Amino acid sequence: MNKENASWSIIIEPTRGLFSINFKEIWQYRDLVLLLVKRDFIAFYKQTILGPLWFAIQPILTTAVYVLLFNKVAHVSTEGVPPILFQMAGITCWMYFSEVLIKTSDTFITNANIFGKVYFPRIVIPLSITLSSMIRLGIQMGLFFVILAYYYFFTDSNINFTWAAAMLPALIILMGLQALGLGIIISSLTSKYRDLKYLLTFGIQLLQFTTTVAIPLSQAEGTLKSIFGYHPFTAIIETFRFGFLGSGQFYEGYFIYSVVFTFISLAVGLLIFNKIERTFMDTV
Amino acid sequence: MSDVVINIENVSKMYRLGEVGTGTISHDLNRWWHRVRGKEDPYLKLGEENKRDSSGSGQYVWALKGVSFEVKEGEAIGIIGKNGAGKSTLLKLLSRVTAPTQGIIKAKGRIASLLEVGTGFHPELTGRENIFLNGAILGMTRPEIKKKFDEIVAFSGVARYVDTPVKRYSSGMYVRLAFAVAAYLDPEILIVDEVLAVGDVEFQKRCIGKMKDASQNEGKTVLFVSHNMASIESLTNKAIVLDNGRVDFTGTPRQAIERYFEQLAKNTAMSLAERTDYNGDGSIVFTNAWVEDERQMMVEEVMSGENVYFCVEYEIQGTVDSYDAVEIAMGVYTQNEAIVTDLWNESTGTNLNLKNNKKGVIKCKISRIPLNSGSYYFNIYCKSYSEVRYAIERACSFRVIPGDYFGTGIMLNDDAGVVLVHQEWSTQ
Repeated sequence: MNKENASWSIIIEPTRGLFSINFKEIWQYRDLVLLLVKRDFIAFYKQTILGPLWFAIQPILTTAVYVLLFNKVAHVSTEGVPPILFQMAGITCWMYFSEVLIKTSDTFITNANIFGKVYFPRIVIPLSITLSSMIRLGIQMGLFFVILAYYYFFTDSNINFTWAAAMLPALIILMGLQALGLGIIISSLTSKYRDLKYLLTFGIQLLQFTTTVAIPLSQAEGTLKSIFGYHPFTAIIETFRFGFLGSGQFYEGYFIYSVVFTFISLAVGLLIFNKIERTFMDTV
Repeated sequence: MSDVVINIENVSKMYRLGEVGTGTISHDLNRWWHRVRGKEDPYLKLGEENKRDSSGSGQYVWALKGVSFEVKEGEAIGIIGKNGAGKSTLLKLLSRVTAPTQGIIKAKGRIASLLEVGTGFHPELTGRENIFLNGAILGMTRPEIKKKFDEIVAFSGVARYVDTPVKRYSSGMYVRLAFAVAAYLDPEILIVDEVLAVGDVEFQKRCIGKMKDASQNEGKTVLFVSHNMASIESLTNKAIVLDNGRVDFTGTPRQAIERYFEQLAKNTAMSLAERTDYNGDGSIVFTNAWVEDERQMMVEEVMSGENVYFCVEYEIQGTVDSYDAVEIAMGVYTQNEAIVTDLWNESTGTNLNLKNNKKGVIKCKISRIPLNSGSYYFNIYCKSYSEVRYAIERACSFRVIPGDYFGTGIMLNDDAGVVLVHQEWSTQ
């Protein structure tokens, strides 16, 4: 059978085996991924005066609100770290995660028009979203480092860099993959059942309070602590803060849990996505 | 040369009717439960033939059922069939937009369809950026696009605007640029769906031109879907007739077109009284429609230039037994679904009153029928008190055979158009 099929370049079949993801084909479309990244980035700032600066405004305002709310009003301890840096570290990481998650979960619905006309591996779209949001993350990280440098050199705040700072690339990849994995699971389900989409848009707002975006793990007790513990994103934020601010510590167990969770969700996501992408046009 | 490049084996596609809603999840669970136990999908058995006019009871229909055929390299194949026969579904499967429910399709080489024109164009991006993006979406690699970039720009004729966002383009420029990218895609197999390109005449012309080029000059394999029998006949060398999702006939374009017309005639041979595919409230229904010749005899063929009568038999339903000022229109069409004219009692200032008789016949006389030879049909549309009572398509089919319209014994060929015009020539 295989020999007979070898001379055909395209084979269109009803159901594909669960594990037959065509990675070679995805690689062939790498140019498309890059062009889509470029498109997303350019389209964002075209006809704006501030351009990519807009990426910086959102985290600044959110940080201001959180500092006021959690640190000035509620007096949550930041373990001696300046509250602005503490909040900004969490917000920067979380914003990337939530953006990738929300955008990828919409893949099939927003691209139905293109998908209805042309074939290309559908996974190209979520991949490009993960990467183009990384540009945004880069700008926001840059902003964070500028403010970090200011506090480090011009104030006598208690900031310590630790070895975990070297894990930054791994942390960014982990954030991206985790959001991508969850995003494509949700996108596969929303192509048929839209309910999840609505759940997600407000769920994502609440979800950040189930991890250590605004409150450090060391300050959480009881139920809150176990909720934080179950959240796979907790280890990422904690490690990030530990590396650049020296607050908290590196939780080995949580970190391994986060890595395992990421890869399982990514694998499950790829399998479902691979199955759905073939016929979603009939149900979307 | 005569290699098989597309092989379609027993392909079926099932669609679910109605809305995807609360019922869906229970069906999905049931389907999953059957699969877990190694049983056949329970809903596949329920699928019915896709007959749109008769409302079946099932929720699932087969848009395609057991379709098999082969396409050889360099062939230009026409696909014809009534609306809903499965033409577009077949193309969707071939362009991999959706997967078949059963069966397998194998192909050699890149398949591109001209329905992809302009997909993925982003209004904020410049012409240059869009060429690259669109090219990549269609499956070209970056070096490939770079190599062809200058040609694409030259072909589109928008060189001056290439660094302007496409949202500033006129619609003509937009189409030209989009089309240029698709034209340089250079696929081995080209799919053209004229039915979907309706609405943009320039675009349609370009599609046909490109297709002609591809099949006749470059020896490419072409699949062409159209309602226009003339273009099928001139552009293809083999045609497939689909009917209710099955391959009904395969052969030369001419034979296939005849077969298609037979199909249409079969549909209209059914008496109106049995048909349920009408619109309107049905308080007046039409039970029969036919054409009469000069002697007022029912006929299937009339001659050009003859006096003919278009007749419909009505029946008033319900308790009301008379209708004043009934408005009746008969739209006359060619078999290619192009409208020829609308016969409408209001346009002649005639009042039609259906009084005190539940049943009756309405006749419309046409003196010296100015239709060229060919196949035609008419629709019925009936309105009273601004309420649509009854409207049906293809109420009656008839043929016009060559006749002595001009009174000179000279007859026009059937490719000389649809209408014959009384004319007087002079020199001054």
